[in-house]
Amino acid sequence: MSRQPTNAAPDATTTAAPQTAPEKRVLHDCRNAFAETLIELAEADPTLVAVCNDSVGSSKLEGFQQRWPERLVNVGIAEQNLVGVGAGLANGGLLPFVCAAASFLTGRALEQIKTDVAYSDANVKLCGISSGMAYGELGATHHSIEDFAWLRAIANLAVIAPADPEETRQAVRAAAAHRGPVFLRLSRMGVPDVVPEGYTFEIGRAVRLREGSDVTLIANGTLVHRALDAAELLATEGIEARVINLPTVRPLDGAEILAAARDTGAIVTAEEHQVQGGLGSAVAEVVVSHQPVPMKILGVPGVFAPTGSAAYLLDRFGMSARGIAEAATEVIRRKRAAS
Amino acid sequence: MNSSRPSAQHLAGIARRIRRRDLDMIYEAGAGHLGSELSCTDLLVALYFGELQVDPDEPSAPTRDRFVLSKGHAAGVLYVTLAEAGFIDPAELATFMQPGSRLNGHPDRKLVPGVETNTGPLGHGLPVAVGMAKAAKLRGESWRTWVLTGDGELQEGSNWEAAMAAAHFGLDNLALVIDHNRFQQGAAVADTNDLAPLADKWRAFGWHLHELDGHDFDAIFAGFDVARSTRGRPTCLIAHTNKGEGISFTRDRVAWHHRVPTAEEYAQARAELTEVPS
Repeated sequence: MSRQPTNAAPDATTTAAPQTAPEKRVLHDCRNAFAETLIELAEADPTLVAVCNDSVGSSKLEGFQQRWPERLVNVGIAEQNLVGVGAGLANGGLLPFVCAAASFLTGRALEQIKTDVAYSDANVKLCGISSGMAYGELGATHHSIEDFAWLRAIANLAVIAPADPEETRQAVRAAAAHRGPVFLRLSRMGVPDVVPEGYTFEIGRAVRLREGSDVTLIANGTLVHRALDAAELLATEGIEARVINLPTVRPLDGAEILAAARDTGAIVTAEEHQVQGGLGSAVAEVVVSHQPVPMKILGVPGVFAPTGSAAYLLDRFGMSARGIAEAATEVIRRKRAAS
Repeated sequence: MNSSRPSAQHLAGIARRIRRRDLDMIYEAGAGHLGSELSCTDLLVALYFGELQVDPDEPSAPTRDRFVLSKGHAAGVLYVTLAEAGFIDPAELATFMQPGSRLNGHPDRKLVPGVETNTGPLGHGLPVAVGMAKAAKLRGESWRTWVLTGDGELQEGSNWEAAMAAAHFGLDNLALVIDHNRFQQGAAVADTNDLAPLADKWRAFGWHLHELDGHDFDAIFAGFDVARSTRGRPTCLIAHTNKGEGISFTRDRVAWHHRVPTAEEYAQARAELTEVPS
């Protein structure tokens, strides 16, 4: 195994193609699962409305709009009003799914999310589309890699990042069924199917996708399949990594995190987000308080990302399968050194 | 429609009582926004006792009228008005801003019946009200949405996002009442970031515009009737008011935005607000 640092130089990891998945995988844009599910739900529930900010296309709402033009509330390019209107629609007895590019929805309307939605307990479903670095080459203005930190600090708001189409479908249904504010973080970056047959998503529940006793890899969203690939790589080296999909960043499944700390004694987290304040921080808060073990938090290391596709940037910031595997060997080394 | 609205004289008595209780409450709590509350007291009285179809026994009735106090810092007078209207126990007003009280310095809908949405940061009420009015339209229901903003508050850009949307959606079931008391926290609005020409701005944004004296109940109700009878677009009622109205030494004085009276000032103010038999 190479000893290359996890924040590898660009020339070491410039290929956008998966480095550790030689077989051809079908990659999915989870926005399609989102849009199809929204239409299914809207068929059954006449109170469901979609609200957007001139983002009909990017939110994949064309089908919804064609079917129910009057139930698609487009406020134009005005995110503060977008979220306020969503809260008002909920007050008026409707079930609004408020859809906008994640970076603008969260950054531009953060106070509306806090005050009008979460603090007011409005039954609004916020859908942050093309989250993370999905807009890759468009640059840091369009990246949403601060949203976990911002939103998980807001009380009474569920924050969910599904990993694949099936989990997206279930998360959208769960959000609709849940009475209260929800933020769904939905990428457009292609991902393979990762959740197993018969999988059941629940808000606030983490799911073990692979058993292992040497180290635990915790990821969500677009990083889950990379973590699974990392576990495969580690297995070839005789390391058994547990892999946990943690779609709900708030409320957190503390029991599953503590079980991982207790059973494996070393944790790596990986997320399409800044290392500050996101999934890794949430996990660390639990671990440090109850079961301290060596940890490594992988994410964007406190910088605005340079130009490149999301896949390129994830690789560059040490979140290729290889990079995650290297982080795992590092925490295992620290675990052994401490024992 | 309120065909039998109470007389202006009757409402003036209620308004005096509310102003007096509000003054007491702020004096007892040692905090509050007296000037901002006195300027919108008559507007709140007109809404709660002559306009809004709301029921304290069923504060969440689906087809109730919605009222949003966007200038959430005037929570004190909202609480007194809600108590007067039967939504909360008047005895509870003594807990205003005390530790553990549900009567926060800015209203919390989860705690206080009759509050529709939480406000405090400015520029939040109108967008939420637009959503409410749009919901009534989508549901085919006839309830109306009323929102009260300050004037300085209109410096927040979110209002203008909402103003465009309300006109675009043709929300004639929405009325905005602007408490145009001409002062904000630190200075006159005109000296801070002037809104003039305010009426022209709303007309340009596609709203029906009507100006009224915000301390004259007949004028206020005439404005409400204008809002009710306007079709195809929302109505903006610019209510010309005085900050600190009702107490001689607080009127039009920016210092009273959130000043708490001394014992001497309190005694004088209370004497001025002593109820006149109606």
